[in-house]
Amino acid sequence: MTQFLSLLLNGISLGALYALIALGFVIIFKASEVVSFTHGSLLLLGAYSIARLSDSVGFFPAVVLGTLITAAAAFLIERVIINRLRGAPVISLAIVTIGIDIILLTELIRRIGSDILNVPHPWAGKSLTIGSVGISQNRAIATLVAAVLIIVFFVAFKYSSWGVAMRASAEDGETAALMGIRLGRVSALAWIIAGVLAAVAALFLVGAPTPGVSAAAYTVALRAFPAAILGGLDSTGGALVGGLLIGLAESFAAGYQDQILFLGRGFGDVVPYVVMIAVLLVRPSGLFGTKELTRV
Amino acid sequence: MSEATAPAHGATRVGSPAQAGRASESRPRRSLLRPVLIAALLVVLLLAPFYVEEFWLRTGFAVFGAIVGAIGLNLLTGTTGQLSLAHAFFLAVGAISYVFVSGESGGIGVAQLSGLGLPPLIGMIVGVLLAGLAGLIFSPIAARLRGIYLGVASLGLVFIGQHVLNTWTSVTGGFNGRSAPNFSLFGFTFANDNPLLFIAGVPFREAERLWYLGLVLALASYVFARNLLRSRPGRALQTLRDSEVAASVMGVNVQRYKGRVFLVSSMYAGLSGVLYALSIGSVAPESFGLEVSIQYLAMIVLGGLGSVGGAALGALFVSALPLVFQRYADALPLVSSPGQGGINAGEAARFLYGAAIVLIIMFEPGGLAGLAARFRRRGRDPGARRPRSPVTSADASTDDSTTSVPSDRPAQGSTT
Repeated sequence: MTQFLSLLLNGISLGALYALIALGFVIIFKASEVVSFTHGSLLLLGAYSIARLSDSVGFFPAVVLGTLITAAAAFLIERVIINRLRGAPVISLAIVTIGIDIILLTELIRRIGSDILNVPHPWAGKSLTIGSVGISQNRAIATLVAAVLIIVFFVAFKYSSWGVAMRASAEDGETAALMGIRLGRVSALAWIIAGVLAAVAALFLVGAPTPGVSAAAYTVALRAFPAAILGGLDSTGGALVGGLLIGLAESFAAGYQDQILFLGRGFGDVVPYVVMIAVLLVRPSGLFGTKELTRV
Repeated sequence: MSEATAPAHGATRVGSPAQAGRASESRPRRSLLRPVLIAALLVVLLLAPFYVEEFWLRTGFAVFGAIVGAIGLNLLTGTTGQLSLAHAFFLAVGAISYVFVSGESGGIGVAQLSGLGLPPLIGMIVGVLLAGLAGLIFSPIAARLRGIYLGVASLGLVFIGQHVLNTWTSVTGGFNGRSAPNFSLFGFTFANDNPLLFIAGVPFREAERLWYLGLVLALASYVFARNLLRSRPGRALQTLRDSEVAASVMGVNVQRYKGRVFLVSSMYAGLSGVLYALSIGSVAPESFGLEVSIQYLAMIVLGGLGSVGGAALGALFVSALPLVFQRYADALPLVSSPGQGGINAGEAARFLYGAAIVLIIMFEPGGLAGLAARFRRRGRDPGARRPRSPVTSADASTDDSTTSVPSDRPAQGSTT
């Protein structure tokens, strides 16, 4: 029972982080029709810059700077490349982001090499016990921060003028533009927000129980793709649910590894994809995604 | 913008209308140049083993393998518009089936390997068939998913595949992989000896023999794909990309065609996997990661989505680049040999094709094939800026596609 609860708790915290990444993924898709395969390397960029900067400027300034760098990178990508391709086929846009991802990832991995960069979290190594259940303090803080960010995001999405503009342009870009909504600005902002969310997620993903920033962080980030997909690419709520589902599935699969040994060691790493494919089999547009209707 | 109409913009113009237009319009004028060029290329390729050193032959064989795979992915992604990142998985199925079927049982270290020890030709055929089967099994999922959902779902397949490869040790050799048996055809082995062979004083060793094997298979793949695209199913696939609704209205069975193109594409991948195994001499799970899928995607984007010849060009570029960089690391600026801290060959190649993907999608969605078509047109009638006949205008829409996109702009122009 203790193990179950602890896995549950860890799964939720991991899921909250996945949800952050997936949220960014989803709002980019809503705002600019782009399925951003750059997200993994953006996240790695955030983690890398935080790790490198915290040597020289200290931890908290490094977090702020790293987040800014990631957001700026996302903004640049949107302005320089994506914005110029508005109206291009979805597949071309996805392929462009793969191209950007190759460049960014190659450079980051070249810089990181085979090292594991340490991020000096002030809360490193400590853990929290609730009743009989333990969780690393890093993950506990991550859950809190993620929850706050997600709430702020949803409130802003619903009530702020940006949120309204964003939803309007996702609903019908042309009409929104005629109403005076600047689609370019909406999409740029979406990318910036996605960058920030990715950087924050990166900050916690490379903390305990993960050893630090290494090339493997990229694969972790990739597991947020299934989260976004299985929730439904155009549903922010779906990203949240998807993130939690994936986090829980991964946590349980890793925790009960011995019971499912016939599936092989390290099955926890692929369980997100298994869950995703299973869900897509039943609901091809994800759990909460809008079904695509075709008018002839 | 609805997804159903979206793909009609860029990628569409590259494939069918351009080719069809070019063929029907220029046949009277372009008389001998093209066949002569093709014949010259063939002669060069046929004679290469007599003159070229082993490195280039080995690179060439790797390129032939990549060409087969790229043509396969191009049928799926370029022609039919189904974004697939699972290509590495199908390559793996082909490669592993080959080493399993043709490999001998035995133990390497702690791992106990099993193999059937059948003739390599059977191994190759089984590899292709099993890869096709894997594609067929995945295709019901694929057929239900639209566009981008398929892209990410197929991403999952790569990771699941890698997990299986790492786990199923008795077949795959697990993490360390296992070696691939030499290919042989009716007693003639594609190895250094048995039989020893000299043709015109040139020793025909493994590299020379494999070169011809690769050449024949790549050519066959090329011709098959070209004919497929020009046939009725090929047209159906292109309609499928442009609009599934339109396709089904015209009587194309959408689900079945998607399934079939998945089958064909993954069979290509399977063959490419077998060739890969032969070219490297062994297979290991890490050779079939996501990176490989992305490389294949890079090939077809560079070459031009929907163009068979383009896919071959792209494959040449992407697969030969790292090898060539590696060989000339000393001579090239910026590129350094491994372990010297600079940019190593693989990284330099990745930078290059990453940038090439971005630039091509931004400025020439037709890829190398589109560029070639553009030059050919310009060379043919330099005076004519605007095409006149309806056939040529379909042809010219390749370079109009970049300008036709901004025609939507006024509505959005105020936004930027």
